[in-house]
Amino acid sequence: MERDFDFEIVMGLEVHAELHTKSKIFCGCTTEFGGEQNTHVCPVCLGLPGVLPVLNRQVVDYAMKAGLALNCEIAEFSKFDRKNYFYPDLPKAYQISQYDLPIAKDGYIEIEAGGKKKRIGITRVHMEEDAGKLVHAGAANLAGADYSLADYNRTGVPLIEIVSEPDIRSIEEAIAYLEQMKAILEYTEVSDCKMEQGSLRCDANVSLRPWGQKEFGTKAELKNMNSFKALQRALEYEIERQAEILREGGKIVQETRMWDEAKGMTISLRSKEEAHDYRYFPDPDLVPIVISREWVDKVRQTLPELPQARRLRLVQSYGLPQYDADIIVGSKAMADYFDAACSAYGIAVAAGTEADSKGKERAKQISNYMMGELTRFLNATEKGFQDSPISLDNLVGLLRLLEEGTISTKIAKTVFEEMFATGKAAKTVVEEKGLVQISDEGAIAAVIREILAANPSVVADYKAGKEKAMGFLVGQAMKATKGKANPGLVNKLLKEELAKM
Amino acid sequence: MKLYTKTAHELHDLLVRKEVSAIELVKTQAERMQALESKIRAFVTPTVDKALEQAARVDAKIAAGEAIGPLEGIPMAIKDNMCTDGVRTTCSSKILNKFVPPYDATVVTKLKEAGAVMMGKTNLDEFAMGSSTENSGFFATRNPWDTERVPGGSSGGSAASVAAGQAVFSLGSDTGGSIRQPAAFCGVVGLKPTYGAVSRFGLIAFASSLDQIGPFTRDVRDCAHVMNAIAGHDAKDSTSAPVDYPDYTSLLGKSIKGWRVGLPKEYFGDGMDPEVKEVIEKAVKTIESLGAEVAECSLPHTEYALPVYYLIAPAEASSNLARYDGVRYGYRSESADDLITMFKKTRAEGFGDEVKRRIMLGTYALSSGYYDAYYLKALKVRTLIKNDFDQAFEKFDCILSPTTPSVAFKFGDRTDNPLQMYLSDVFTLSVNLAGIPGLSINAGFAQGMPVGLQIIGKPFDEARLLQIAHAYEEATGCHSKMPDLGV
Repeated sequence: MERDFDFEIVMGLEVHAELHTKSKIFCGCTTEFGGEQNTHVCPVCLGLPGVLPVLNRQVVDYAMKAGLALNCEIAEFSKFDRKNYFYPDLPKAYQISQYDLPIAKDGYIEIEAGGKKKRIGITRVHMEEDAGKLVHAGAANLAGADYSLADYNRTGVPLIEIVSEPDIRSIEEAIAYLEQMKAILEYTEVSDCKMEQGSLRCDANVSLRPWGQKEFGTKAELKNMNSFKALQRALEYEIERQAEILREGGKIVQETRMWDEAKGMTISLRSKEEAHDYRYFPDPDLVPIVISREWVDKVRQTLPELPQARRLRLVQSYGLPQYDADIIVGSKAMADYFDAACSAYGIAVAAGTEADSKGKERAKQISNYMMGELTRFLNATEKGFQDSPISLDNLVGLLRLLEEGTISTKIAKTVFEEMFATGKAAKTVVEEKGLVQISDEGAIAAVIREILAANPSVVADYKAGKEKAMGFLVGQAMKATKGKANPGLVNKLLKEELAKM
Repeated sequence: MKLYTKTAHELHDLLVRKEVSAIELVKTQAERMQALESKIRAFVTPTVDKALEQAARVDAKIAAGEAIGPLEGIPMAIKDNMCTDGVRTTCSSKILNKFVPPYDATVVTKLKEAGAVMMGKTNLDEFAMGSSTENSGFFATRNPWDTERVPGGSSGGSAASVAAGQAVFSLGSDTGGSIRQPAAFCGVVGLKPTYGAVSRFGLIAFASSLDQIGPFTRDVRDCAHVMNAIAGHDAKDSTSAPVDYPDYTSLLGKSIKGWRVGLPKEYFGDGMDPEVKEVIEKAVKTIESLGAEVAECSLPHTEYALPVYYLIAPAEASSNLARYDGVRYGYRSESADDLITMFKKTRAEGFGDEVKRRIMLGTYALSSGYYDAYYLKALKVRTLIKNDFDQAFEKFDCILSPTTPSVAFKFGDRTDNPLQMYLSDVFTLSVNLAGIPGLSINAGFAQGMPVGLQIIGKPFDEARLLQIAHAYEEATGCHSKMPDLGV
């Protein structure tokens, strides 16, 4: 939104991320997504009478790791509380969550939006268990369903909820925040962040205020945005909805609204007056969590290089353009592939040092292929960088052939396609298909002479000053050599021959 | 030989000497159970068939010349709020009427491993809320000493079954006195162990921070044996204490000479039945005569225990009982057309009055705007109550008090006045709030009814509580009296 918008937008986001542990937060059941309904359950996660929760230590490790990556303070003393409410997907009729003593608080992340860097505060990170889900028969939601079935496979999957400060001032910033958050959680490997599977979810608190006003406006909480696109559209809708009310002198009602993807609008779920009273109190079945300095240090040591640091390193060490670095760092798998490819190409340099100019050239080549061909093929086959059929050695092999001039850029594309399909090495493909670039001047000159002889009218055009004719002739030469002729030589020799005529 | 009058350790000797078989034991016990059931009504679900199978295995072991443990082949009963694999577990509530757990409570697993033989699941006040077992969702249990009177509660079925000789020992649960009070009313030994000493896994929760499982036995030695079987750390219960657990029989028979015994002045004030007071004072004299030094002590926050308890326990209960919503198991109202109505009607029809009363109290105490004034304040006072005990135990080895202010009351006497009913646990509640152990033994009789002596100790000091109780038992022999039930 631009400055000429009537109001300043104030937003905070709440991000829920499922932690990528093998077992659930309070029992040994698997956290694997999907599965036949109600097969990933036991008496404990179902909250059957008499059973008790026992905390999975890995959950604390992961939550702490996320907290550290988000520059938070880790609590020395933390505890679990019960959040009480009735719903069929919540077997105990309370969710075990954290209330006043979350595991981590007071952090921040840095985002870049509209070319400007900005820090967004993180209020808190807390641990909780996920609920199950309802499957409504004959309708998309409860209203209108013939009947509803409950699937508790997801019940007890560990979550962290990350609450931001109301520091976000535009939709662009909100998207950048969520992107950055997703990248950090992926880098730390605490969550697989698959939004389509619900392992990363986002709610937003949105309010507007006249420019210059200090007090926040009345906010609405938006729920149910499960993609970047949904977040964007929901915010656009909600901001316009609120602005319209305010412009007409109306008042915003504090309420929870749900984003309806199909209708493309936010719909009121409940107002503040009927807001839940969750009756939080410390869960007496779980002892408090006491976290020692040693424990924090141990987790800190497992922190990887985070996206921001990595972006900086790619620019500084490899001279990558900011644009390339942004795209590569945007996905951990892609960034890991890039680093590994550099290493395979012999251009890995330590952080803080710079590659030589040759190394930088090579790094840029890697980047080009990753952002171009490789991404295109991976997308087409719905694969990720981690399972690319082109091994690092094979990619480097291809780039070497290019660098040596054995194949042309054009041929490289053909080779690449074949490599992707078969997993073969570049050299093998080139040999099998006889794609070695022709750099023999005599051979190329012979071809050119034939073409010139066969196209007298084009030659005449060229002589008459039609530059375009040159392109046609080059094309003919490449066609005659099945693209194998060294294009530089073709150009050079063609000019020489034409000059002679 | 009246087998049903014997203790577990006496029966063990008979089994070892092959004077009786485990099958015979179960059969005699089952006969007595059946003969008395119409009078006492201690059992919700008898499991005699399973008991016979278990007993046969024990007999095979004895026949093969293998050694048997102290509880092996001994008939016992389990309060019906502890989960038993394949055996319905109801909490004496309509809402859980048909619930059959697919798992055993840890205590049940441990007793099975120890070879004890389960005769049945015993009646209780619904969800262990009550002091008379009149609040059972099914039927009331009667006191074997006088069937016009209540057996106490909430573990009334477990206490009565042992007192009547229907089971040799039983397990109860104690949230505010639910083992000790019925033990006192029925004249048996009842121990509420230190919080965390016995796993709560499989115990259907009433108030998680107060609930603790413990034994009812005919004498102190049996209590020690049962504790040996059930105490210990359990990985399935986060609040279970990872400490070293002693052999609870190790101190039995040792002198209590030089023990410093405290009598809290706050417990000996108004409201106590004079005859009960007399019995307790006599019991204290006996303890003194055994070489202990008795002196007055003070637990200044005692008067707050009752209000604090009736905030904390219902608060936790309101949350623990929320899962009974008719969605997945148990009772579901059939007269509801939408979700919220189904929740409401299921709970309205499935729960009894006392349970509803406490759910409402707890929900109110936890509501926003009241949390700080009630629940949080109660937690703070709870700490003060615990501190009182800590301070007292700097000077004293244990604290003596009556278990209850009166002997067992008559049916209906207090049902119209819940507050009056709550007062029957006034001497026992603080012990749960402090998380420390409390033991009730028969001190003597008043109006022909048993009077309970409560012995309160430091955390994990159960072995010494059993030591002093055993000394008293040896000196008086009043534990060996049994009610005459005419069969």
